Amino acid sequence: MAVAAVKTYEFEPADALDKFHGAQLLYIGWEDHLLFCAPFAFPFPPTMPFGAIVDQVLPGSFGYHPDFARIDWAQAEWFKSGKPWSPDFAKSLAENGLKHKDVIRFRTPGLTGIQGSCS
Amino acid sequence: MDMQATKKKLGLKERYQVMTRGLDWEPSYQKKEDIYPYVAYEGIKIHDWDKWEDPFRLTMDAYWKYQAEKERKLYAIIDAYAQNNGHLNVTDARYLNTVKLFLTGVSPLEYMAHRGFAHAGRQFPGAGPRVACLMQSLDEIRHAQTQIHALSNYNKHYNGLHDFRHMHDRVWYLSVPKSFFDDAVTAGPFEFMVAIGFSFEYVLTNLLFVPFVSGAAYNGDMSTMTFGFSAQSDEARHMTLGLEVIKFILEQDPDNLPIVQRWIDKWTWRGYRVLTLVAMMMDYMLPKRTMSWKEAWEVYFEENGGALFKDLARYGITMPKCAETIALEKDHLSHQAWGTFYNYGAAAAFHTWVPEKEELDWLASKYPDSFDKHYRPRLEYWREQAAKGNRFYNKTLPMLCQTCQIPMLFTEPGDPTKICYREVDYKDNKYHFCSDHCKEIFEHEPEKYIQSWLPVHQIYQGNCFPEGTDPTAEGFDPLAAVLQYYHLEFGRDNLDFEGSEDQKNFDAWRGMATKNA
Amino acid sequence: MSTVFIALQTNEDTRPIIEAIVADNPHARVNEQPAMVKIDAERTLTVRRSSIEALLGRDFDLQELHINLISLSGNIDETDDELTLSWNA
Repeated sequence: MAVAAVKTYEFEPADALDKFHGAQLLYIGWEDHLLFCAPFAFPFPPTMPFGAIVDQVLPGSFGYHPDFARIDWAQAEWFKSGKPWSPDFAKSLAENGLKHKDVIRFRTPGLTGIQGSCS
Repeated sequence: MDMQATKKKLGLKERYQVMTRGLDWEPSYQKKEDIYPYVAYEGIKIHDWDKWEDPFRLTMDAYWKYQAEKERKLYAIIDAYAQNNGHLNVTDARYLNTVKLFLTGVSPLEYMAHRGFAHAGRQFPGAGPRVACLMQSLDEIRHAQTQIHALSNYNKHYNGLHDFRHMHDRVWYLSVPKSFFDDAVTAGPFEFMVAIGFSFEYVLTNLLFVPFVSGAAYNGDMSTMTFGFSAQSDEARHMTLGLEVIKFILEQDPDNLPIVQRWIDKWTWRGYRVLTLVAMMMDYMLPKRTMSWKEAWEVYFEENGGALFKDLARYGITMPKCAETIALEKDHLSHQAWGTFYNYGAAAAFHTWVPEKEELDWLASKYPDSFDKHYRPRLEYWREQAAKGNRFYNKTLPMLCQTCQIPMLFTEPGDPTKICYREVDYKDNKYHFCSDHCKEIFEHEPEKYIQSWLPVHQIYQGNCFPEGTDPTAEGFDPLAAVLQYYHLEFGRDNLDFEGSEDQKNFDAWRGMATKNA
Repeated sequence: MSTVFIALQTNEDTRPIIEAIVADNPHARVNEQPAMVKIDAERTLTVRRSSIEALLGRDFDLQELHINLISLSGNIDETDDELTLSWNA
């Protein structure tokens, strides 16, 4: 639907890719761990290897949780826009098909938060 | 002395007719559509503006008289409160954080409401609604002024209140109320009236003012209680105006119904999302609690709002469909919201804390189906860790909803263990939403919401640092720079209540007030 | 059945008003909360000037209600003598 307006109503999106100084946005959520209130937003270069996110970024963001140290990354299940997805850790974000403002989640089987409360 | 001829006093209805009709004129050298350029484009059809009735039949002369009386009462109490160091009589200093949130998040909206009603009043060709909008516009600026004035007394003693207007335009969580009102005032005059006059004033403000202000009284804050009730005495009139707007528009033309229904659906949801802040104030931030958010919702929305929508059924209006989602959220909303502010307590201009044991028990008694299972483990873990010197401060920025701008903290309707993710592709870009309702609002007017000023994205674009900042410099600390841009002083305005300057000062001053030093 | 309500501040001005409302509306329920009184009634509630004047011992203009009014619900019909709140459904 178009916006009801008295004249032409067209605007540039406020968050187009070219406004992020070479980075693209990626959102990452950890299923069953709502101690972190919401998924995170990150600006990453598209050339960054996916594995670098897991090794260098996620520990700083999710490491507070006692479950984080127990994650077996080989068992982790990944989802992109809610659908099962298999990232290649050695390839870059772009080579993994990740575009600006994509959202991914991971589930860590067996880990269900503080006292199993999904916190 | 001259004898005065006895005049027959006019009745209320006649007086109202005389004072609100025939005030305008037929233009002779300008076209009506040039004088009222915004009255047609929204698609609302009005055939007879004189059918407008103000149920209170308040005229300007009576308006001034009663408003003056309200102001005299208000300032007498505010002065007495300040002279008596009333701030030391609040239950405990945690309470003051509700006042900080109110001043930064709500008072600037009162000012925007003043502008919005002045604008809407200017655009309506009927004299009746113009008079009603004029009064409401004056009321709203009165609310902004009295709130700022009353709360300025707290600014002499406590942190976080020093630059509310600057913060309102910048701080991440304040973009939620700000963007809500910006959305309303940038709509046409009819949508604005339905959005603010009806959906917000009639359906939702009772939830903001009545339990919250009654709660302020219960916590010893005479100052907030007084401006709150003084404002609310105007709200009763605004609510009446809001209901009249709906009835008037619907009675004018059958084509108006689907447009109005869509606005009611949209604005009930938009307003409800803003009230997330109120939910957490009621359940977590008032040291002495009057009623839970869930109870307030049941009384003021389900019971009173239910009666309203039953009454409007004769026009074909139905209960907004978001009511079903809201019913599923009422056991969770305040807990998820407070958890979010606890996460980001380093970036908020007020203090956060884990409630005391008895407070957790109170929450469990009010939320038997959700609290112990989902939220107590989280809060107790945070408390244990804080006691060990490992207080949780989330330092990674959250993903936000494109429409309501709230972090994506809401869970799937019916499953409080899963975050609710929704997305839309529009013109080569992806957009994300916290709920089906925020997604539908976007889909109806994507060109409006692709412009959203989302604080997290703005930070990543480099737009939220003080002027002259070089983000590429060695040792650049983005959080510190963002807080400077917010005018928020690290270590004073933010972080946990435990150990805060507010806590120490309040204890010291209260001690001085109750015994000889 | 739909409920209407009127909420007033608790003070000396409203004490006779609340008494009058309660006397004129035997079906109404009075709900006292911190600093306020909420009066709920099924379908309809009437505030009558003459009853308030009898308790006050002076003339009363129903529009004086605005000074201490907190909130209300229902369709309003106001004359010089009565203010009625009601739902049609």
